[in-house]
Amino acid sequence: MPGVTIDKNHCKGCELCVKACPQQVLGMSKQIGVKGYFYAELIDASRCIGCKICAITCPDVAIEVHTHGTSFALFEY
Amino acid sequence: MESKEKIIFTRPESLTDRITHYCPGCTHGVIHRLVAEALDNLGVREKALGVAPVGCSVLAYNYFNCDFLEAPHGRAPALATGFKRLRPDMIVFTYQGDGDLASIGMSEIIHSANRGEKFTTIFVNNAVYGMTGGQMAPTTLEGQITTTCPQGRNVAQTGQPIRMVELLAALVTPAYLERVAVHTPQHIIKAKRAIQKAFKYQMEARCFTLIEVLSTCPTNWGKTPEEAINWLEDDLIPYYPLGCKKDPESLERDDGAV
Amino acid sequence: MAKILMKGNEAIAEAAIKAGATNYFCYPITPQNEVAEYMSKRMPEIDGVFLQGESELAVANMLFGASSTGKRVFTTSSSPGISLMQEAISYMAGAQLPVVIVNIMRGGPGLGGILPAQSDYFQATKGGGHGDYRVLVLAPSTIQEAVDLMMLSFHLADKYRNPVMMIGDGMIGQMMESVEIPEKYTEPELPPKTWAATGARGRDPIIIKSLYLDPNLLEDNCSILEEKYDRMKKEEVRFELYKIAPKNKLLIIAYGTMARICQTAIDELEKEGISAGLFRPISLFPFPEDAIYKEVTKKNISDVLVIEMSTAQMCEDVERAAVGKKPITFFGRTGGIVPSPEEVMEQARKLTDKRKPKPGKKKA
Repeated sequence: MPGVTIDKNHCKGCELCVKACPQQVLGMSKQIGVKGYFYAELIDASRCIGCKICAITCPDVAIEVHTHGTSFALFEY
Repeated sequence: MESKEKIIFTRPESLTDRITHYCPGCTHGVIHRLVAEALDNLGVREKALGVAPVGCSVLAYNYFNCDFLEAPHGRAPALATGFKRLRPDMIVFTYQGDGDLASIGMSEIIHSANRGEKFTTIFVNNAVYGMTGGQMAPTTLEGQITTTCPQGRNVAQTGQPIRMVELLAALVTPAYLERVAVHTPQHIIKAKRAIQKAFKYQMEARCFTLIEVLSTCPTNWGKTPEEAINWLEDDLIPYYPLGCKKDPESLERDDGAV
Repeated sequence: MAKILMKGNEAIAEAAIKAGATNYFCYPITPQNEVAEYMSKRMPEIDGVFLQGESELAVANMLFGASSTGKRVFTTSSSPGISLMQEAISYMAGAQLPVVIVNIMRGGPGLGGILPAQSDYFQATKGGGHGDYRVLVLAPSTIQEAVDLMMLSFHLADKYRNPVMMIGDGMIGQMMESVEIPEKYTEPELPPKTWAATGARGRDPIIIKSLYLDPNLLEDNCSILEEKYDRMKKEEVRFELYKIAPKNKLLIIAYGTMARICQTAIDELEKEGISAGLFRPISLFPFPEDAIYKEVTKKNISDVLVIEMSTAQMCEDVERAAVGKKPITFFGRTGGIVPSPEEVMEQARKLTDKRKPKPGKKKA
């Protein structure tokens, strides 16, 4: 099942990924990273389709996307 | 059948693991990644040479895994010229902001382009001086408020914003000039293709290549990252139409927006 | 190696080529255009890069990039052009990049004139750009010496990883004299340039920069530069003495072409029974302070006469070196006017007459 891991210290809480996610599976944590930003987190792993849009949007390369077996290829990146 | 977890998106090797100093939501970070991905995909990291400007991206050398020079304000194209002429086998790129390239460095970029220097310039246009705290830049829009035009840019006194790609396209020397944007995933994907194409042309020693990247500056635009994304779409792009303005392949200009 | 008659500018260019500096960036400015013309003619025979930039400012920054490859690079220009290069020179000093810059000086300030002058002494030796840095400055007085010092400049630039400037007044560039240029410049061993940006293959990236936002790191960088300049002061002081003798009453201090004119004057003065010796600094930074102090404080010397084609610039360094031990007189012409031997002799006579007891007046 596809999913993302978010580096909570690289994330600066800009929320662009949360807005960009077509499945609306990302949200902002109540915790803060090393720089004091609320970091983004995966709130509904089951509905993640591994489309990488969040990672593409992220200005801080804080998001890594992984998948199992077949993965969605909406576009070539 | 136990299927192995596969990583389908991760940090490119040409990008270091450092947390950048850029503001939250600033798309400099995206552009850095696109350049790093191009270096990785083309397998040229180990023979790449970046030239950092003076501006927000003055510290770019901390974020790339390749050799770097740090240029005086506006002079990156001259450093790149000097380096590339002596090492044509290396892949040389300058990474510059609009204050660096379109203001103090205008002479250097125009003459490098006109000589057809075989390096690649990544020109980040966010319509403001970022590092120094949000002053008016040559690319600041009419009426746009900055710390040095608090009543909004008065073009009667300061002239109109400069469209660099179109200006350089007027030169006769062949070049690949394209303006892209990085405010939405769709635009980022197109920007990646343009940046990679620019580096490819350099590998073929084809022509001078410059990609102008419209980028956000939430802090100095006084907007949230998301509002900045919208402002770029609604205000910047109409004045700075996206698209390829010059390509050695076709040589006829495509003025259509994306 | 045969002696050939050569124009200064061209000899300087050939000397650079012999020192392996075949990468030349330039911008036209009188009185040194012949260097660029000569280099462009020689390019097909040598493996190098020749580029005429859009301004001296751009050229100096091209040198920063070119020098970062580890190859020998140089430029030549003249006074106003050198002013445009000052920012980049400061950056190259801060980033510890070797480069050779030749200034064939013309009258200033401003657009000034195109005739010979020495009015860029301060700019060269006191640092024309910003920050705590120095440039090693050499001043030839003959075309042969210009050739020798030009080759030496590349060695010293690499040895100290610092810009080196050779400055000569317009005559050094425009005069034709016979010179011997070696087939190849042989120089002492230098360490490999591991600092050069050659691509991060099998090593961490190399960053050639001068920005240190942390003041401690910037101060560290400045002390690294300071150590180099101290070492220059110990190892790179160069000067020449002419007819220095115990019977001298007068010590003349002059450099470059001006020193040659003084030699003629000294020879003539000798016939008039006036004994003068010449101290000719060759390295302007490091300035030969100790050697000057030694000459100035000799008992037989009653007067020091400093002669420049400027309005007294090196004179300040002479005064600093002499620490008031002897009276120092300055004589100079500027704007492109070159003092004649006769003018120099006139100054010398005035100083020696002053010393002679007036007939009939008893010394109290």
